[in-house]
Formats: sequence, structure tokens, C-alpha cells
Amino acid sequence: MNPYERRIASMRYSLASLLANAVTGNCNWQPVWREPEPKPAYDVVIVGGGGHGLATAHYLAKEHGITNVAVLEKSYLGSGNVGRNTTIVRSNYLLPGNLPFYEWSMKLWEGLEQDLNYNAMVSQRGVLNVFHSDPQRDAYARRGNAMRLHGVDAELLDRDGVRKLVPFVDFDNARFPVRGGLFQARGGTVRHDAVAWGYARAADRRGVDIIQNCEVTGIRIENGRVLGVETAKGFVGANKVALSVAGSSSRVGALAGLRLPIESHSVQAFVTESIKPLIDVVMTFGAGHFYVSQSDKGGLVFGGDIEGYNSYAQRGNMPVIEDVAEGGMALMPVIGRLRIVRSWGGLLDMTMDGSPIIDKTPVEGLYFNGGWCYGGFKATPAAGWCFAHLLARDEPHPYAAAYRLDRFAHGAVIDEKGMGAQPNLH
Amino acid sequence: MRIKCPYCGERALEEFTYRGDATVKRPRSLESDAAEAWTDYVYFRHNPAGLHREHWYHGAGCHAWLTVTRDTRTHEIVAVEFADKREGT
Repeated sequence: MNPYERRIASMRYSLASLLANAVTGNCNWQPVWREPEPKPAYDVVIVGGGGHGLATAHYLAKEHGITNVAVLEKSYLGSGNVGRNTTIVRSNYLLPGNLPFYEWSMKLWEGLEQDLNYNAMVSQRGVLNVFHSDPQRDAYARRGNAMRLHGVDAELLDRDGVRKLVPFVDFDNARFPVRGGLFQARGGTVRHDAVAWGYARAADRRGVDIIQNCEVTGIRIENGRVLGVETAKGFVGANKVALSVAGSSSRVGALAGLRLPIESHSVQAFVTESIKPLIDVVMTFGAGHFYVSQSDKGGLVFGGDIEGYNSYAQRGNMPVIEDVAEGGMALMPVIGRLRIVRSWGGLLDMTMDGSPIIDKTPVEGLYFNGGWCYGGFKATPAAGWCFAHLLARDEPHPYAAAYRLDRFAHGAVIDEKGMGAQPNLH
Repeated sequence: MRIKCPYCGERALEEFTYRGDATVKRPRSLESDAAEAWTDYVYFRHNPAGLHREHWYHGAGCHAWLTVTRDTRTHEIVAVEFADKREGT
């Protein structure tokens, strides 16, 4: 590092630094990461500068001491799915293959800001899944029990319990009366861009090169072993190449001849005009696909089903918008008075069982993290943690041991919804 | 996105149900050595960014199975035909 780079690396956020910069007119803040050119070769090249790739770089450096690492991002940091999701974090899963992993992610979220020295606005406001019928109560009770058996907090609420949290919902809707809810108080939201920035800064400070506007256009393989990647900035050699490009996994995987159990789909999200504080938890509708939270700016952020057909378009179509709006109106008619100011789409790796993949590939030295369906954001810290473990030690982390690429051939699928090999139903 | 059904004409997306990739080949054999072919058929997809041949069912219309050729990057539909029984079986 040159002196300028050392100055960047030495900057820490604290009350003192905030005060010092405030009294000097906030003119002396430095860029929070370097912008290096790629070196000829690295120990590990991570393809994809999203949340997962940056988290992987951070934990590789911090937990395993591997700092000769580059993260290659085709656009700017935060331009992909890490900045397109609805910012929700939770660990209310059902199956043993998933629960310990997502709970570890939740624990990492809880200590994230101290770990990174970065304000990611982690807000454990609680996640409430509303249910509308007796069978649905049974299903949520079962899920809550599974969570508690794994040491995860879960509380089954009756109508009055739900009323205390969200008094404005339509409790006596003729078709979908509210019977109660499953509540995970530790769940919540995290400012998603800050997650990318915080991990990028933390990794950069340990010597990781973060290279933006550097699309990978080829993966060089000889005798079944990866040698490096062709990029917009030339060839970059690597002992290990780590793909972390969920949404485009098939496209990038094809560069190495991988055929994956994945379809790319698009999902939309929406935000309304800003209003005064209305909802201070994350809430999901049980009778349709609609979920909502309120951002600190005051807009209601909500979303629903995926589009349901293969897409790389980062946008959706009207039928899903209508379906989401109908779900919102059925649960909380108050939303009908609000205008939607923005909608956008993100790309998803929809796997055949609805669960992710963190594993080696048939190509020696090529590692894969993807298949996150619509749940990749909440998994960011644990995915980075477990992928870094795999890269450093060549063996799967126990929490991600079920996320193997060969599970489809062996029948060991992790199908939370029990939908079978139909990606648009997960 | 609207799909031009060869029988009913151009109709809204809500009338159709998506099945997926039309180019996967269902194995003929049930023998145990066909396991790999079945795994590939059930789980693995080419998933191209570009033209994609896919099956749609016109459930709220003529009930025909259609093979649609569509660009997955733009949602532009290039061709719609009645599904060929020989493809994908």
C-alpha cells in the first residue's frame, strides 16, 4: 500500500471521527476503499462483487488469513441483487439442512456492525407471518417448534397478539380473517447497500483488491484445472476461482462448461410514497404472496411472487404487480390510499428444490456459491462465512454441509415448500 | 408480455401457465443405468440468456400446449407454435 492507501485503511468510524469531521465541515472524509488495477495473479479470485462475494472476501481475510484475493465486479458495487432486495433478515426456516445455516446468518447480522466498524442500520424489528386458517396455524406452529428445537426464537401469537403489533390489518376480512401469527422478534431489516459497502471496506482494509467495472468474459481451464479468468481488464491468474453471481450463475457457469440445476427468474419489489410511521415490523400475508415493511424514509417497501418464467431482464410484468396489490389490499386496506413511486426487478437463481448451493464444482479449483432463490440477502453473512471456509479448507462448513451440488442426483433435496422440481413454485 | 396463441390470437399473460424449458429430453428407459439421464431431465437446465424455447399452457383459453421462443433478456417473443409431441418426450 502507498501512503494514500494506508491513510484510507487507517480510517475508523467513531464518535470522535464524526465530531472531528463535523467541525471541519465534513470536507476531510476519505474514500472508503481503494480502486486498484488487477494484479497478474491471486490466490483467490472471487467473481461477483455483490453482498455474498464481498462477505466471502472479508471472511477469507479475517477468519482464514487469506488476503491475496481479488473481487471482480462487472459494474459498480451494489448494482446487482444486494441493492435490489427488500432488506429483510430472518431465520424462520423449517428443515434441518437450512435452520442452523440461517440462524448462524442471523447471529452474524447481530454482530455485523461491530465486526465491520460500519453502520449497516441493522434493525431487529421482528418478522410477523400472519395466518388465516386452522391448518395454517398448525403449519406455523410446526415451523415455530422446529425453530425452537434449533434454538431459534419463535412465538405463536393469537389474534390479540397480532393486534398489538399491527392494529390496522383487516382482522375480519370475509375470505381471509386473521387468526394469529408466527413472530420472530430477532428478525428485521438491514440497509442493503451499506452491507455491500461495509463488507467492501472491511475486506479492502485487509488487503483484498476490489475491482469494479471488470466483467469476467471467460474462465481459463487446462486439464480440468482452473488457471484464472479472462476479464475486461485482461487475464487474471488464480489458484482458486469462486463464483458468487447468483441470478447469472448459469451464464457465468457456462463459461466453465457447468450445467446447473437452476433457472433464472425475475422478482419485483415496490416502494410507496413516504408516510408517517405505520408498521414497525416486517409482516407477511398468509393467504397470498405479499410482504411489507417500512423504510426509515417512510416508504412502505413490499413485494410478492416471482414472475414465474425464465428471465434475465431485471424487470417484471403487470400480472404480478396486480397480484401483489390485491394481496396488500386484502391484508391492509389502508395501503390502497398510497401511491407506488417505484418498482424494480432483480434476478434470481431459482434452484430445483428452492435451496442454495455452496460447493466445489467438477472443475478443480473452481468453487460455486449460488442458487439463492429469493432468499439470498438474509444469507449474506453466513454464505460468505461458509464459502470462505470451503475455499480455505477445501471442505464444506458444517452449517452448509447440505448445500451440495450433487444432492439432486442423490435425492437429498432440501425442499422447504415440498413443490418438487418446478422452480417457479418455490 | 402478451402471447399470440396460434388458435386464439394475442392474449394476456394471465391466461397462460408456464412449464419451462421445452428442449429437455425425457429418457425412454426406466433401467437403473438411466439414472443420470433422468437426473439431467428432471433437474438440470441450460438456462440461456437469450432465445429460450419453452412450454406454455393456454389454460384460460383453448387449452393448447404451446412452444414459445422468447428472448429471456428482453421478454420479446419470436415465435409461438403448437407444442410438438416429439419435442421434449
